[in-house]
Amino acid sequence: MPTLTIDGQEITVEANTTVLQACEELGIEIPRFCYHDRLSIAGNCRMCLVEMEKSPKPIASCAMPVGEGMVIHTKSPVAEKARKGAMEFLLINHPLDCPICDQGGECDLQDQAVAYGRGGSRFDEHKRAVKDKYLGPLIATTMTRCIHCTRCIRFATEIAGVEELGATYRGEETEIGTYIEAALTSELSGNLVDVCPVGALTNQAYAFSARPWELRKTESIDVHDAVGSNIRIDCRGAEVMRILPRLHEDINEEWLSDRSRYAVDGLALQRLDQPYVRVDGKLKPASWDAAFAAIQARLNAMGEAKGERIAAIAGDMADVESMFALKELFTALGSRNLDCRQDGAKIGGKHRGGYLFNSTIAGIEDADALLLVGCNPRWEATLVNARIRKRWLAGGFPIAVIGGVASATVDLTYKYDYLGAGPATLAEVADGSHHFAGVLAAAERPMIVLGSGALARDDGAALLDLARRIAQDNGMLGGDWNGFNVLHRAASRVGGLDLGFLPGDGGRDVAGILDGAGKGEIDLVWLLGADEIDMTALGQAFVVYQGHHGDSGAHRADVILPGAAYTEKDATWVNTEGRAQIGRRAVFPPGDAREDWTILRAFSAVVEQPLPYDNLQQLRRHMAGEVPSLGAIDVVAAGDMGAFGMAGSVSAEPIVSPVGDYYLANAVCRASAVMAECSQLYTSAGGAGRAGGATGTDG
Amino acid sequence: MLRDQDRIFTNLYGTQDWGLAGARRRGDWDGTKAILAKGPDAIVDEIKASGLRGRGGAGFPTGLKWSFMPKQSDGKPTYLVVNADEGEPGTCKDREMMRHDPHKLVEGCLIAGFAMRASAAYIYIRGEFHLEANHLEAAVAEAYDAGLLGPNACGSGYAFDVFVHRGAGAYICGEETALIESLEGKKGQPRLKPPFPAGVGVWGRPTTVNNVESIAVAPTIMRRGAGWFAGLGRENNTGTKVFCISGHVERPCNVEEEMSIPLRELIEKHAGGVRGGWNNLLAIIPGGSSVPMIPKSVCDDVLMDFDSLRDVKSGLGTAAVIVMDKSTDLVRAIARLAKFYTHESCGQCTPCREGTGWMWRVMERLVRGEADVAEIDMLLEVSYQIEGHTICALGDAAAWPIQGLMRHFRPEVEARIMARKNKQPAAA
Repeated sequence: MPTLTIDGQEITVEANTTVLQACEELGIEIPRFCYHDRLSIAGNCRMCLVEMEKSPKPIASCAMPVGEGMVIHTKSPVAEKARKGAMEFLLINHPLDCPICDQGGECDLQDQAVAYGRGGSRFDEHKRAVKDKYLGPLIATTMTRCIHCTRCIRFATEIAGVEELGATYRGEETEIGTYIEAALTSELSGNLVDVCPVGALTNQAYAFSARPWELRKTESIDVHDAVGSNIRIDCRGAEVMRILPRLHEDINEEWLSDRSRYAVDGLALQRLDQPYVRVDGKLKPASWDAAFAAIQARLNAMGEAKGERIAAIAGDMADVESMFALKELFTALGSRNLDCRQDGAKIGGKHRGGYLFNSTIAGIEDADALLLVGCNPRWEATLVNARIRKRWLAGGFPIAVIGGVASATVDLTYKYDYLGAGPATLAEVADGSHHFAGVLAAAERPMIVLGSGALARDDGAALLDLARRIAQDNGMLGGDWNGFNVLHRAASRVGGLDLGFLPGDGGRDVAGILDGAGKGEIDLVWLLGADEIDMTALGQAFVVYQGHHGDSGAHRADVILPGAAYTEKDATWVNTEGRAQIGRRAVFPPGDAREDWTILRAFSAVVEQPLPYDNLQQLRRHMAGEVPSLGAIDVVAAGDMGAFGMAGSVSAEPIVSPVGDYYLANAVCRASAVMAECSQLYTSAGGAGRAGGATGTDG
Repeated sequence: MLRDQDRIFTNLYGTQDWGLAGARRRGDWDGTKAILAKGPDAIVDEIKASGLRGRGGAGFPTGLKWSFMPKQSDGKPTYLVVNADEGEPGTCKDREMMRHDPHKLVEGCLIAGFAMRASAAYIYIRGEFHLEANHLEAAVAEAYDAGLLGPNACGSGYAFDVFVHRGAGAYICGEETALIESLEGKKGQPRLKPPFPAGVGVWGRPTTVNNVESIAVAPTIMRRGAGWFAGLGRENNTGTKVFCISGHVERPCNVEEEMSIPLRELIEKHAGGVRGGWNNLLAIIPGGSSVPMIPKSVCDDVLMDFDSLRDVKSGLGTAAVIVMDKSTDLVRAIARLAKFYTHESCGQCTPCREGTGWMWRVMERLVRGEADVAEIDMLLEVSYQIEGHTICALGDAAAWPIQGLMRHFRPEVEARIMARKNKQPAAA
């Protein structure tokens, strides 16, 4: 624990901290461009130079480890001269185009030029101009503005795990780029915009649309996957302009996956902004009263035993409040046909540990071996994947994969041992005959991660049982370490399972509901934002679609009840770790659309089964009474493990990841033009961006 | 003047066989086993006692540098890297040594490597040195064949390998950490220090990087003794040195001389004097393009060694003496050097990347007189903003020639500006 003196103040810090970090601990601001907390140290911008006594030259504080007895001056003439000089050099070739630069107002260079620069320029020569680069549809480039801090290179190489960016040429001709023009093949590429301290890399989708000072900022939660990334929603008026990540060390750190960031335009397109009722085969705009009346008429036509003839399915983005209200409503109507597992996953039950990511996302960093079963985390939970890569980079972390990826050549951004595609391999690991079983047995904190691809199959319960046995036999469930993990894809899933939005005794699950609807045994199906089921299987059933986008559910619906997207409601979601988090309303739902729980509350009054709450606080109090974990915000309580899964025979079918297309995974994405372009480029058969075929110059 | 028997590089001009047989006739590889038998610490002490200072430019005591290497092995390899990426304009000493006397270097690698307990030596040779690399590779092969290198080098029981690695001709790869990066297969860009190579070098292992000449003189020092070497030159500036004399002299040449020889004597004895006589001298860059020039008045009695040149605000550098007579357009000469540094800046850190180009462009205008007198001060200020603020010394190297020019010849630069101003018609 060395002690050093900074600007006359003594401080004792950990041995491996840098001078810059020590300064920060004292609250002394050190300007910097290339230094970034989560990236390796480059020390190239020279903005953080400070004076160190006994050193003939000023030192780069970002790179200099602290030493006992160091005397640092951050405001001495030497330090100020160095800083001013670096600032001037950075500006001489930087265009003065702040008025047309999207970074304006949130630009490190702009801010620091004001704070540390000189009043005017002494540079009388021609400025450098650099040709813009193509980095794909998500990132706009103006490379003339680049200050060569190399943060983007380091982010792509270290965090995103794609070695696609680099510096070519030399000296003042240095250019950042991909050398051979091609779109970056990372699902984290949007973060390059955040790490870029200037306007060289900006958000293509947000280009020229707003200034930061016009935006209203709302802190919320992302629901494009089950990670529960913390986000900030920036709005102007009634429009969501962009979404940025918000710091949460235990979840997304400060990153965000591209789908969560760039599907914003989908929030304004294909929206359901008023109720519709199908009349003579065509959906006609209707009033809320008319829509409710149409549903009520259908319910009344069923007579007394209607509870058996109605069913509800919750979609992947549903919040717990609306699921809770829907469950209470259906229970009041006498129905036990409820399911929140659109994909038919064989999971749920009273033992919470059986369906949670028990190790926690941050806990991945403490693990020392990993077995991925039936998941492609890169697409299913990009930031969990980033955490796995982070752990892998630290070394001593063997990773094995069973199914989930098509072959051993799929790039997950870390090296892994592809054990096999099918359940048979999992069984071998479970009975200890596979070599990786030895790795797990030898590890102190091993992890198994079961993806939704393994659960959403007929033998899902048996695979769950195998996974539980592996966990049990390899000490994953002992003491302070829980290495058993289920990686969900749907933001609604854990909340739905916690609520018990599941078939009651003798009730039907999703397959049963579809089957019943096809056979005419189910007359009414209430889809709470459920779009990812086979709509053709619904037969003649009367379909109520409550949701926000005109996607497959709305097309099939007989009555549409326009709800709120995740940016438009105060609601709770529970991530794959079992962490309940509250998202906040950034804008109002469009037109006549309403927050989802209020729709259900209003309808409950129509059918004379009024739900016992008139505002969100009452609902939450009620809900927390039933499911206490939903009242504990941003807390991960250890899940109880008990018995789960069901021993049984497994099929020989390979386990595949259910994510067909990362960019089109939900209704918001499918409405987004940006996501459509990404899908075309990266994942569809025509655009072989991922395979390295298409380039920016292919036209 | 250095006596012939005190010369180390007796085949500097390539008059004899450069191969192993010729080298042996010149005394190389003689008693190497006995030298190694003294043990690493004795060798380091001998080199320290000889007062040998690094011949690559910085003049850091070589023995001291070797002593920074770990004394206790952790079981993993450590390396000696020889910097043969000789790229400093005006400098051509290492090239001649490797072309005509490669065994001096190869033997030096073994002795230096043994002294610092390294497991192998990498000789990073500039890509353009084609013939030299061929000779060096042949010399290494000969040494292996003769059992001088390899698992039992010279029968000493010490296992030592030497590899020759060809660079691609970037000036910056002569900077030791950029050289290490390049050797690892990466873009040649200097690393941040600390950590220094002696702690974290090639492939993350402790490494010492030395100039060719520093290594090549080591065997002779070991054979003739530190006292002999220390007896040449002045205190703290001992030994012999190969000087490269170029520019406006009658006979440009490389010559091995005693350290601390007066500059004038060096030029008049070995290079036939300044073209047109000593009085025709304008200025000299005494240590390769990156050190500040000195005007004739200083050249008259300055000694060619580290300390005396430092005292006149220049430096010995690589001892490449660039002579400029009165026909020289000094502003243009320095502008050309500024362009060189702009071209060779690696672009990693801000002051050098942006500042070298700025200085060069201002220099180009100064050549034509298209500037204000006040811009000279601005140019100097820019040079001070670069100097000492960069990751490696290239920024300093770019700044110093300009500072040297302005220190001694500012009136000429101002006169040029005024001349142009006076020629132009008054503004209408």
